Formats: sequence, C-alpha cells, structure tokens
Amino acid sequence: MKNKLKNKMKKVNNILIVGLGGQGVLLASDVISMAAFKSGYDIKKSEVHGMSQRGGSVTTHVRFGSKIYSPLIKRGKADFILTLKNSEIERVKDFLSSDGKVIGVPEGFLDKLENKKTLNIAMIGILSKFLDISSKIWEEVIKETVPSKFQQLNLEAFEIGREGEFFIG
Amino acid sequence: MGRMELLSGNEAIAIGAYESGVVVATAYPGTPSTEILENIKIYEEIYCQWSPNEKVALEVAMGASFAGARTLVAMKHVGVNVAADPFMTLSYTGIKGGLVLVSADDPAMHSSQNEQDNRHYAKMAKIPMLEPSDNQEAKDLVSKALEISERFDTPVLLRITTRIAHSEGRVKLYKRIENNRDYKFDKNPQKFVMIPAYARKRHAFVEDRLKKIKKYAENSELNKIELFSKDIGIITSGISYQYSKEVMPDASFLKLGMSYPLCRRKIYDFAKTVKKIFVIEEGDRFLENHIRAMGIELEAKLDELLLGELNIEKVESILYKKKYVKPKEIGRVSPPKMCTGCPHRGVFYILNRLKFTVTGDIGCYTLAVLPPLNSIDTCVCMGASIGNAIGLSKVIPEEDNKKVVAVIGDSTFIHSGITPLIDAVYNNSNITVIILDNETTAMTGGQDHPGTGITLKGNKTKALDFKKLCKAIGVSSVKTVDPYNLDEVKAAILRAKEVNGVSVVISKRKCILIDKESIKRPLKIDEEKCKICDMCIKLGCPAIIKVSEDEMGSIGKEKSIKKDKEKEKKKEKNKSKSENKSKNKSKDVPPVIDENLCTGCGLCEQVCKFDVIIPT
Repeated sequence: MKNKLKNKMKKVNNILIVGLGGQGVLLASDVISMAAFKSGYDIKKSEVHGMSQRGGSVTTHVRFGSKIYSPLIKRGKADFILTLKNSEIERVKDFLSSDGKVIGVPEGFLDKLENKKTLNIAMIGILSKFLDISSKIWEEVIKETVPSKFQQLNLEAFEIGREGEFFIG
Repeated sequence: MGRMELLSGNEAIAIGAYESGVVVATAYPGTPSTEILENIKIYEEIYCQWSPNEKVALEVAMGASFAGARTLVAMKHVGVNVAADPFMTLSYTGIKGGLVLVSADDPAMHSSQNEQDNRHYAKMAKIPMLEPSDNQEAKDLVSKALEISERFDTPVLLRITTRIAHSEGRVKLYKRIENNRDYKFDKNPQKFVMIPAYARKRHAFVEDRLKKIKKYAENSELNKIELFSKDIGIITSGISYQYSKEVMPDASFLKLGMSYPLCRRKIYDFAKTVKKIFVIEEGDRFLENHIRAMGIELEAKLDELLLGELNIEKVESILYKKKYVKPKEIGRVSPPKMCTGCPHRGVFYILNRLKFTVTGDIGCYTLAVLPPLNSIDTCVCMGASIGNAIGLSKVIPEEDNKKVVAVIGDSTFIHSGITPLIDAVYNNSNITVIILDNETTAMTGGQDHPGTGITLKGNKTKALDFKKLCKAIGVSSVKTVDPYNLDEVKAAILRAKEVNGVSVVISKRKCILIDKESIKRPLKIDEEKCKICDMCIKLGCPAIIKVSEDEMGSIGKEKSIKKDKEKEKKKEKNKSKSENKSKNKSKDVPPVIDENLCTGCGLCEQVCKFDVIIPT
C-alpha cells in the first residue's frame, strides 16, 4: 500500500486558487487540501488572512505529493490556476508552469448552477478531473466542509463541474 | 501512536498548549496570531481570555506562572512592543510554571503596519527563542518551550511567521500530559519584587542562565545537522528551512530549532565540514551577524532581501547567486475595501465632505485612507490617533484645529486609547475623538472585547460603557450617533468641534459581518431619473458600480478595477440588462447597484439629492 502510494505521489501537485474575498476561495482551498490529506498525500496549504473578508484579492497555494517542503508555489511551477473570478487570473499568470492549466469560470457556467454561491465547489468539480483523488473522497470532504443544508446543492454543483466538458486553457 | 490531522500552525500551537498541560492562555487578537486563542477556547482544562491589550495579557500569564501554572501568551509582532515592558523584567524574575510567549511576525505586512523582526527581542531579553519550521514543530515546540522554561527559570519566546501561522499541514497529535500541581504563590521578594537591590542580583542570574542555556543549545536535538553535499552548507531556521530544502534538497543543513542563544560549537563544526556556507533567513541579518561575528565566512545576502517575505525564488537567487528579479506587477490586485453596509463608511463620507484632517488608528477603518473616501491622515500604532490629535492641537492655529478629529475603533480604544484620552482632558486639550464602536474587533475577524460584554469562553460579563467612561475621565461632551444616519453624524461632529475642551462622538452600530439581521432589501437606482451626479459613488461602496471612463478622475487604477468588475458583471448578470448598458459606455451612464452585494444600509439613498435610489 505504502509503495503504491509512493509511486502515485511522486509528482508534486501545485494548485493556485484565486478570487475575491467573500467568494469562497478559502473554502475551496480547504476542500482541495482536505481531499489531498485524506488521500494520504503530504500536503501544505498557505493563505493570508486578515483583510481577505474585505472584498480584496485572495490567493491560496495548495501543494500535495509525497513530500512537500515550501508552503508556497514557485513562480512558473503551478500546475493549475483555479479562479472564481476570471479577471483575477492576470495578476497570477506568471505562476503557471509551461504545461500548466488555467481553470477559469467557463462562459455561461454560472447559469448552470442552481445557486451561484456553489461556484467554488463546482469549479473544484472541473479541477477534480485532473487530480488523482477518488470521487468518494471528494464527496466525503464536501459533505464535511459545507453547511449541512447546502450539502446537496454543493454535491450537485460538484457533479456539474466534474461531468461537464469545458475548454480548459 | 498519535492521530494525524490537517492543521494550521495556529491550530497546532493551540493543541500543543493543550497537550503540554497549559492551564492559562491569554492574548489580544492580532493577525497572524488570533486563531491560537480561538482554538484554545474549546478546552475545558484551559482558562483563557482576551485581554484589553498585550501588556495585560502577559501580566495575567505571569501571575498564573508565579503560582506554578503552565501558561501561553500569544500576540502579533507589534503586540510584543506593547508587552515589552513586563517582558524585559520577566526575564529577571523568571517564572515558576512554564511560560511561553508566542510572537507571530508578519513579514510582507499582509495585515500589519511594519515588518519588524522579533528575533531581536530574545537577544534583548536574554531568553531562549524557538522557531518551528512546520506545523508539527509548531505544536511540539510548545511543549519543548515549556520544558526549557521550567528547567532554566526563564520565559521562552516561540517565534512564528505568517507562513507558519496560516499554512496548513499534517500534524500528529498526542495525549495531554496532566500535571497535578498545586497552584500556590510562595512569597519570594528577591525573585518577584524587582526593586534595584534585588534586580541587580537577578541580572547576574540572567547572565548566568544565558550561559547555561548556551550549553544546552549545543547538545539539544532542536539544532539538527543534516549532512549531504560537502560543497554547500545552509544554516537556517523557521520557514526559511522549507524554502531552502525546496531549492537545494541535497545541500547540508544546520537547522536551528533554537535560534537564540546560538549553538556556537555546533556551528563551528558544521562550518568545517562544508566548503561554502549560506545563511538563509527571513527579515533582518539576525543569524548572519551573529555567525559573522564568530569569524565564519558566509556567502552574501543582498540588501533587497531584507524587505518582505522570503520565497523560493529569493532563496534560489541567494543559493545560485543569480540576480533576484522582482516579479513584475502584472494585472491589478483588488485592494480590500470597507464592506458593503460597513457602519464606518458614513462617518468617513462626512469627514471627507467636511475636508477634515483625521488622525487615524489601527482597524478596518484605516481603509478609509483609500479613494474615494480619502479621509485618514495618520496611522501609526494602536491608540496613536488621540495622542497625535493632542500634539497637533498644541501647535497648529486654532482655526485649523477646528477641522481635526481623531478616529479610533472600540477595541483599539480599550487597548490603548483610554490613557491618551485622559491625557487630553488632563492637559486641557481642545480635541474631538470619534469612537467607532462596531461592538467587535472586526479587523481580526470579530473577537469580543470588554465593550461587548462577552468573554472569549462565551460567557456574559459586565460590558464597558464608553459614555460613562468618557464622562468619568472628564470629557466635556459625549454624543452617541447612528452612523447610518448621515445628518445625525454630521451635526454631532460639527457640534463636537464647537465644544471647548475634549469632546467625544460615539458612532455606534454593529459590524455588518456580525449583524446579519440588519441586512435589508437591496436598493436600486432608477436609471431613467438618475441625473448622474455621482454623489453615491463618493461613498466608496463596493456595491455601487459605475461603467464610465471618467468617473474616478485621475485614479487610473481604481477606474480599471471598476471597469473590469463591470465587464465581469455583464457576463454574469442577466443579458437584457447588460445589453442596454454596453451600448452607451460613456460617462453619461448612471451607476448601478449590485443587488447581491447591497445590504440596504441606505447611505446612498441619503446622499442622492434627486431621490432616485429606491428599494428593489
């Protein structure tokens, strides 16, 4: 089991999550890092608190793999930039690695969601297709993280992201 | 075998306190340290409290320690300045129960007014300092710090930075060590009463203690050598270890878990085993200067790296001797703004309209310095607004002084504003102070304080009455206003300025983030009737958005942010509306209110002279 895990975890996954305060960036990064944690990876997540509730730009770094040292991603090394606000991509685009992917909010995506506040979880749905984390764990973590009355809504949002075909640049 | 959890550094420290038998924990909230006490409050075994400020927090912890209790005090870096007075002499008295002071430094000033490096405090106080490099260590070093504290009769500084405090990682947990101690104060004036005669003896004790701790540092497993390449050796501590390891995993490392006093012999030995030595540290040249003074040749660190946080790129530039290229500022970072519905907004709108000079303080309201409110003129430290206003009033012409006010938040006023208010009355000053009472410590996420009448543990207590307090101090006039009523605010400020002596206006309304009940139906602008005077834009409300090119005058940055926001909005909002808008993208377009953001506070309704802002 351990060896198997080791092979799978050799690669370090670097995910940068951006958006504006109040959009649920912090919750999104909580879900991703908890899912990585539960999958047995070494994980580090870094964010800056303080003024993030005031509608300003928010960035979090999530890194997971077999062994993680720095909690911050190096510029040019992010495998994924996940954004909840497409206008926020520009300021972090130099973090993206040459073969990295930007996961922005697809055109018309918000209209597909029953509740716009589930955008963060829906975006994780899109991201989840690229990560070695099982559906079961995603579901478990979403259930644990979001308030119980929004559980179903968020699980559905996750599925919309995970099942949909979107152009990822 | 312990259980594994995903925890932030601050959560880990809280658990560390629990595991190591801490029974008293105190703090004043401050980023990035706040969550330590917020996570300690869940333990029944630990008495914990918010203190009015860091000095009191430390003094309370000292008292408990003097009776034999294990204690933890947490504060942000600048908080240690406030607590420095007891701290320096606590080094002399020493402790009875272990005492650890957690200093959470904020390099890069994510939410601070300076980026002082608090490692210097350990040297100044001549006490040991531990620095965790990850969250497991953050937890485990609490227990180690208490052990060292009790072994050497000294307070211990546990120094962390934002990247430890607010990063999450895997942490293994253990059981709490129950220490069945009897808490009792034994009289010992030679130790606890620092009159000069006794303090002189204790100073000798401090110097001797430092020697003993130095010896301990040499043999402690806190300072670890990892031998790999003989070409390059890296001496480092704290989060800098992680960045260095990321950049050069095969180098040899001397990782200092105890970064004061230094393990000199171990450093000499390490230096002999490697060809080149680098010191990688965030902030000042603390380790570097110590180690250079030992006569060890080090590779140079560039001056520009004294600024801001360390990161992988910076460490790379040091280790590979590449020029560090500061990343270009691309795109725009949206600056934080006062929330929609923030009760502070009305006060600053009025102060801006009145063209007042405003001595400011520490809190969310410092954001009023930004356009379009442009109404904070000074901000230095907790409580400085009132003292600054007194100073101004003593030298500027009386006519100018008629247009000066000090503004200070409720928690900040209790922290450090009461003594300067006494100064103002005592020294016959002619000043006006506006206490922005939003019934919480909003900046750090909404903690209770003596004015809210609720303790950290959630128990009811007597709430401090600001009005009565001001009266008791001798303030000539105290008036309480609702900041959602602009006329009332304006009238109260103008009347206060007519008062001879010290006047106080209390702007009282709960922070919108903790008072969801006062969120009302959103407002909208009647586009047909709007005269596009843009008065509502001057409130700086994030919910009021304007599309035109010219509305923000010369503030280019702001303008483009708004434009972007509008573009985004168009994509997201229903199409018929946005189609109308995009056709006439000129300065003649009325502003719109984002109904998802609007809290219906009604300020824009009041500033609109044409009554075109109406309920949805």
